[in-house]
Amino acid sequence: MRADWSIYISFIGAGLVMLLPRNAKNLIRWTALLTGVAALTVALTGYLAYNSWIKTGNAGLWQVINLPWIPLLGSNYHLAVDGINYPLVVLNGFVCVTGILFSWNIEERVKEFFAFFLTLIAAVYGVFMAMDLFLLFVFYELAIIPKYFIIAIWGSTRKEYGAMKLVLYSFIGSALVFIGVLAAYFAAGGITFDILELSKYPIAGHIQVWVFPLIFVGFGVLAGMWPFHTWAPTGHVAAPTAASMLLAGVVMKLGAYGCLRAAMLLFPAGFEYWRWIIAWMAVIAIVYGAAVALVQKDFKFIIGYSSVSHMGFVILGLATLNVTGMSGAILQMFSHGVVASLLFAVVGRMIYDRTHTRQLDELGGLRKALPFAFWTFLIGGTASMGLPGFSGFVAEIQVLIGAFQMSPWLAAGAAISIAITAAYILLALHKVFFAEEEHVTGDGHGHGEVVGESRWNLPGITCPEVVASVILMALLVIVGLYPSIMLDMIKANVALFPGVAR
Amino acid sequence: MNYLTLFRALAPEVILLLAAFVALTFDLLLQHSHELQQRMRIAGVFAIVGLLGAIVLLIQQAPVTLLGGTLVVNQLTVIFKIVVVALTVLTVIISIEYPVGRHVGEYFATVLFGAIGMMLLVSAEELITVFVALELTSLSLYILTAFHKGALRSQEAAVKYFMFGAISSAFLLFGMSYLYGVTGSTNLREIAVAIQATGSTPLLVVALLFILVGFGFKVAVVPFHLWAPDAYEGAPTPVTAFIATGSKVASFFVLTKFVMLSFAGMPGSAFWKHLTPGWTMLLALMAVASMVLGNLAAIVQHNVKRMLAYSSIAHAGYIFVGLLAASVTGATSVFFYVIVYALTNLGAFGVVTALSERVGGDDLEHFDGMAKRAPFLSLLMLIFILSLAGVPPLGGFFGKFYLFMAAVERDSVNFGLLWLVIIGIAMSAVSLYYYLILLKHMYVHKARNEERLKTPVYLNLTLAAVAIAVIYLGLNPQPLLALLKNFVAQL
Repeated sequence: MRADWSIYISFIGAGLVMLLPRNAKNLIRWTALLTGVAALTVALTGYLAYNSWIKTGNAGLWQVINLPWIPLLGSNYHLAVDGINYPLVVLNGFVCVTGILFSWNIEERVKEFFAFFLTLIAAVYGVFMAMDLFLLFVFYELAIIPKYFIIAIWGSTRKEYGAMKLVLYSFIGSALVFIGVLAAYFAAGGITFDILELSKYPIAGHIQVWVFPLIFVGFGVLAGMWPFHTWAPTGHVAAPTAASMLLAGVVMKLGAYGCLRAAMLLFPAGFEYWRWIIAWMAVIAIVYGAAVALVQKDFKFIIGYSSVSHMGFVILGLATLNVTGMSGAILQMFSHGVVASLLFAVVGRMIYDRTHTRQLDELGGLRKALPFAFWTFLIGGTASMGLPGFSGFVAEIQVLIGAFQMSPWLAAGAAISIAITAAYILLALHKVFFAEEEHVTGDGHGHGEVVGESRWNLPGITCPEVVASVILMALLVIVGLYPSIMLDMIKANVALFPGVAR
Repeated sequence: MNYLTLFRALAPEVILLLAAFVALTFDLLLQHSHELQQRMRIAGVFAIVGLLGAIVLLIQQAPVTLLGGTLVVNQLTVIFKIVVVALTVLTVIISIEYPVGRHVGEYFATVLFGAIGMMLLVSAEELITVFVALELTSLSLYILTAFHKGALRSQEAAVKYFMFGAISSAFLLFGMSYLYGVTGSTNLREIAVAIQATGSTPLLVVALLFILVGFGFKVAVVPFHLWAPDAYEGAPTPVTAFIATGSKVASFFVLTKFVMLSFAGMPGSAFWKHLTPGWTMLLALMAVASMVLGNLAAIVQHNVKRMLAYSSIAHAGYIFVGLLAASVTGATSVFFYVIVYALTNLGAFGVVTALSERVGGDDLEHFDGMAKRAPFLSLLMLIFILSLAGVPPLGGFFGKFYLFMAAVERDSVNFGLLWLVIIGIAMSAVSLYYYLILLKHMYVHKARNEERLKTPVYLNLTLAAVAIAVIYLGLNPQPLLALLKNFVAQL
């Protein structure tokens, strides 16, 4: 089936869910799950076919569909896939399926939740595949609104504030993109929005220099680019689990992908002009995100800030403009997507939904109470630290090598964060899963706990959670041990990117 | 001049007039024997039948120019008359359940008179006719605004609206008299020729200034917007919808005609770094003021109708950005946007009409938890509000995109008008905030009373049809756009 069916299936699924009766909660959940699985299957089969095509030494775009949409503007309904966006399309599919599984326990307004969720998924598929700037922008904006409702209705801590902040940041980002898109369109003659056509048109250097940062920063806001990242931690924390997974796992990648596909491809001269500033901002994000994560008291905020840090690697990799660095960046998008989903699932679903607290000081000793959560967090955390054997290692090492080629100082700066990352992951691991096993806690009123015995009496991990966690962990390990399944197609296509150094 | 031709060309207007009289007479006959609710339905049906008849006649109309260019019927005016009539149909439909008091026949007749005024306004290409049509429209709207007989708010709104409107008419007439004095003609096309020949003179500038002020009042742009929030809030909600949509469509249509025909060659520039006093700069200032003030003032409103009033001021600002591009694309974008905006706004006011009567008010708090109490209408409201906010894939998004695109296109080498676009986009990010506040009340907040609200099926279906139109215009704008652009080029 054509790759664009992932989009339509998700939209249809959202529509179906809307039509189901309000109280048939299980039916709604299964419909959503089947929709997600069907969309993922389409994406995955296409991915494997594309991968085997790559293995025979090919590279380039696979056209999916290209029809005139608004001929007056020169906008086409143009979708295509290549080695750069296919990993992200597949990532979206996996996050969708696991997100639905982790949302199995939502009881309130189930129907609306999955309708919004699937709309968001469909829009994200659309952004990743769009090859027309106008179409990409349409999908990109379409993805903004469902996030608001998902967070504001089903979220937790300061949900209305977090939701509004996230939406306004996204909208302001897209406003910058909008201005840049219009400028690019007219600078290239005002006849087409097709990205491939536009990229052939040499836009004057003085225009590139001011239009590039508009589009790059506009998308960069969503990628959690420092100093425009502040929506990310508050948004992630406020969001319900599935939405945190989706936000950190996929939506942040929308931003980075937009930077790559729209800003960097269309404005090479502008990119060259701003490259160093972007690289250093990325390094700041990497170190700053990790350092802030280290001092957080809220478990979810740790993961939220770690996302800022990890997305910094993506931006840094893109800024290197060499095959190694950029390939690392794209692989990092996939890897971080999976890791962040996994960690947010542990924090939001497995722990918070059961203990109703995320404060590190109030948690502790969960290793015995929730062993599965412990092992999942251990694996996710290890992957997040970038240990060999997991996808994060392959990605980050490539980014660092690429950055080193650009300037050793960049690589050195970014490398600091690896130590900090290890520190905050281990700290969290200790405080949440081990601490308090050894000593008595008391609230000062004689309600102490007995040594050695877990004070938690929590419901066990459910089947959907196990399935979803296993899927995500398997992805980390498969790509970690056998990176060529993804890296080959990424590298082959990145090498075709104009102006890329070998 | 053949009277038969005249009659044929004006048949749609005539049929509305007849429908108005029929509604009046029948209501007079029925008023003692029937319940108020039944009388509303009967009069409403008469009005709708007349309006549908007008649409049928409009579709068949052949292009013709009447009375030496006083009234013009061509494809473009036919499209806009159809839009006006369709908006009137929707206004009538949302009025049927609304308690407008015991003067039922008068209410519907006045709505139809207003519609006739708007249709004539669309056709008119002569100063006196434009003025008369505008007055017919405005007077009908003043009366309709006061229809909440018992409510002081409604009376206050009507008086305010009337005072402002009367003064603006004086401005308009004053400007027109100067325009006639300078060019020696009242026909728009002849005026255009005369202006091209003589070029700009100080008197002409004064004339255009006064005309702009007059229209500025009618379409409610800053600084001539002060009547709008009170009139919108005080008027019966279906009337608010009519003021915000039908009269806006007609006024913007004729204003665009003025701009394209007589202003285009005039001095003045709104290009960044080349700002020169003149009509474009004036329009640019009004646009900026409207976008900024309208959106910022909307944030602090607690009443939905008042919020929508400020939002409509902001939207008038966006439209001015397209208008001052004074190009074929610019005029097309204005026409497209006005149509989409009118449909969207009518839908939004329709939902407000349907819900506010059942929950006892139209403050934000009254809409708490509406998603549970009236899920279908809430979904429609979501669509309308997001379209107003300019979120794809809805019509409002594409309309706004095209407006701003037209402005950039005007000077695509130096991006002279980009500064206006930047302000416009920044302000539409602001607008998303207050639109989301309304949606938050509907979708996120808990209702104090979770009882389901029952709304008539015909109302739900009508509003759903409007929502589908809004979605369709966003997903597939090409047909309407191509149609408009084609006809604008003939202007």
